[in-house]
Amino acid sequence: MRYAFFPGCVSRGGAPELYQSTIAVAGRIGIELEEIEGWSCTGAGALQESNPLLGDTLNARNFALAQRMGLSIMTICSTCQGVMAQARVRLEDEEYRAQINELLAEEDLEYTGGIQVKHMLWIMVEDIGLDHIKSLAVKSLDGVFLAPFYGCYIVRPSAALEYDAYPQRKIALELVIEALGATAVDNDGKTRCCGFPILTINERNSLAMVAKHTGEAQDLGADAMVTPCPLCHLNLDGFQSKAARQVGRQINVPILHLPQLIGAALGLDGPALGLNRHIVSSFDVALKMGLRV
Amino acid sequence: MQAKVSVRRFNPDEEQPKPYDQQYDIEVEEHFTVLDALIKVREEVDGSLALRCSCRAAICGSCAMRVNGHAVLACKARVSQHLSDDGEVRVEPAGNQPVIKDLVVDLEPFWNKVRAVEPYLQPSLPEPEAEYLAPNEVMLHLVDVMGCIMCGACVSDCTVLEVDPNFLGPAALAKAYRFVADTRDEEDSKRLGLYNGYGGIWDCTRCGECVAACPKGVAPMDRIMALREKAIESGTPPGGYDGAAYGYRHAEAFEEIVSHKGRLEETMLVVKTLGMFNLPKMLGMLPVGLNAMFHRKMPSPFAPTVPGVNQIRRLAARIKMNKDGAAR
Repeated sequence: MRYAFFPGCVSRGGAPELYQSTIAVAGRIGIELEEIEGWSCTGAGALQESNPLLGDTLNARNFALAQRMGLSIMTICSTCQGVMAQARVRLEDEEYRAQINELLAEEDLEYTGGIQVKHMLWIMVEDIGLDHIKSLAVKSLDGVFLAPFYGCYIVRPSAALEYDAYPQRKIALELVIEALGATAVDNDGKTRCCGFPILTINERNSLAMVAKHTGEAQDLGADAMVTPCPLCHLNLDGFQSKAARQVGRQINVPILHLPQLIGAALGLDGPALGLNRHIVSSFDVALKMGLRV
Repeated sequence: MQAKVSVRRFNPDEEQPKPYDQQYDIEVEEHFTVLDALIKVREEVDGSLALRCSCRAAICGSCAMRVNGHAVLACKARVSQHLSDDGEVRVEPAGNQPVIKDLVVDLEPFWNKVRAVEPYLQPSLPEPEAEYLAPNEVMLHLVDVMGCIMCGACVSDCTVLEVDPNFLGPAALAKAYRFVADTRDEEDSKRLGLYNGYGGIWDCTRCGECVAACPKGVAPMDRIMALREKAIESGTPPGGYDGAAYGYRHAEAFEEIVSHKGRLEETMLVVKTLGMFNLPKMLGMLPVGLNAMFHRKMPSPFAPTVPGVNQIRRLAARIKMNKDGAAR
């Protein structure tokens, strides 16, 4: 299966282990990734606040670049996925699309509508199939307890994310966790906000959210949390110790990226998956998953 | 059809009051709403169950509560669509509000926040002889936001209120937008200054829970984003709350970085938002930065240029030019 790969800024910036593990895992499960040359930021919802037209234009440009490759887009970031899905809906309006295509024309690009944008998480469930992943797994993650954490943009708004047509998207992360033999730890925080968007605006609140969700996962006995969103990862991993200090308790929950989890079951080792690049040590969970660390 | 209605109950009159779950197994019809089921429980099984309702037609906003973890109007939610595989539906009081008894919450904090945004028209004098008139076309865009029935479903599911009760919250801020966007109201600048404060528009995380919870399509988060845009565009000073100043700079820096580089550079965004010479903040970020560097996570400031970045710069410049032209 071949996709136009949209890595997103964070996997090329503050969470390089996501990019690394995605490439490693894709090769093992037969996903061919052709990175969209010249892709730009989706706006992450922040640009949409100050300049919605630029946000939609940049997304239309990414869509047009992918269409020129004749491929559907694969994302690895909940935020990119959600922002693109929302832009995609707005760009179905022909008049609006024409206005934006006029801007793109100088680069000889045109977005004709109808592009398919799918997160790697959804591709696992809908295109590759859980049975196939299971058949490729060289080890079962039996006895490993993992708390799913989705990231807002891959959950809401459900209409743009086509939850009606694909109801399994609501539990996709749990499905992958369970398919690999691990136990999904249900937690109230799983579809809530990690606090990342207000980290620089109201750090106290942002850290309170980190402490709430990681603390909950720990209290429920999770060995780690798993997220398809690198922005959630940055906050839950990078700021976990600061958040724990703020609430005056010990919290120590590793935050895994989705492809790191899949890679673990496929027999890839810790360094290959970039597990040594986390701020909260994933040593214990890696050992429990039987990885070389 | 049988349903197990599991209700989170709370009785303040008990010696040591604490919430507990109680399950009622009842027969429901296909057309039953959650409210129908609860009323049936109260009338036929357990008269002590407290809940608030009035119109039963999704108009009055009295029966907002959580069903299976998310806020809904109980009178609008069908039991059959919320039953789990083993026939259970979980009902809890609305979140982020103090529980008085069972499913009844105290709306006093909610109304205090609505009052705090000055939810009334403030036109300039002199007063007209009769009502303040506005042409239909300038009011049409307010139809959705004026559809708010003050049920508090958005407040129930707000992720910020979970950690900070000071936040004005989605309902009050959507109401605030309704007056800023009303052409008859002439206190925009005072209002935007007020909403820029601690607990105001900059504290929203953009998580979208309020949009998902709203039964009337008010989309409070979108209104908060529109207020942010208006605050920046109108040149309203950020005021005394640091968060607002950071919010302004975050929006500006994000656009500037993406317009120039085509992609986001997180480190630059943090530095530009907080200010290079903001020592307390910079020192606060230092341990995380060093840790990231130690784990080879710190993005390189010498990242290669994005192919075609000139096209991105051209698009950004052209859109900015059109925007500035329109503003003049």
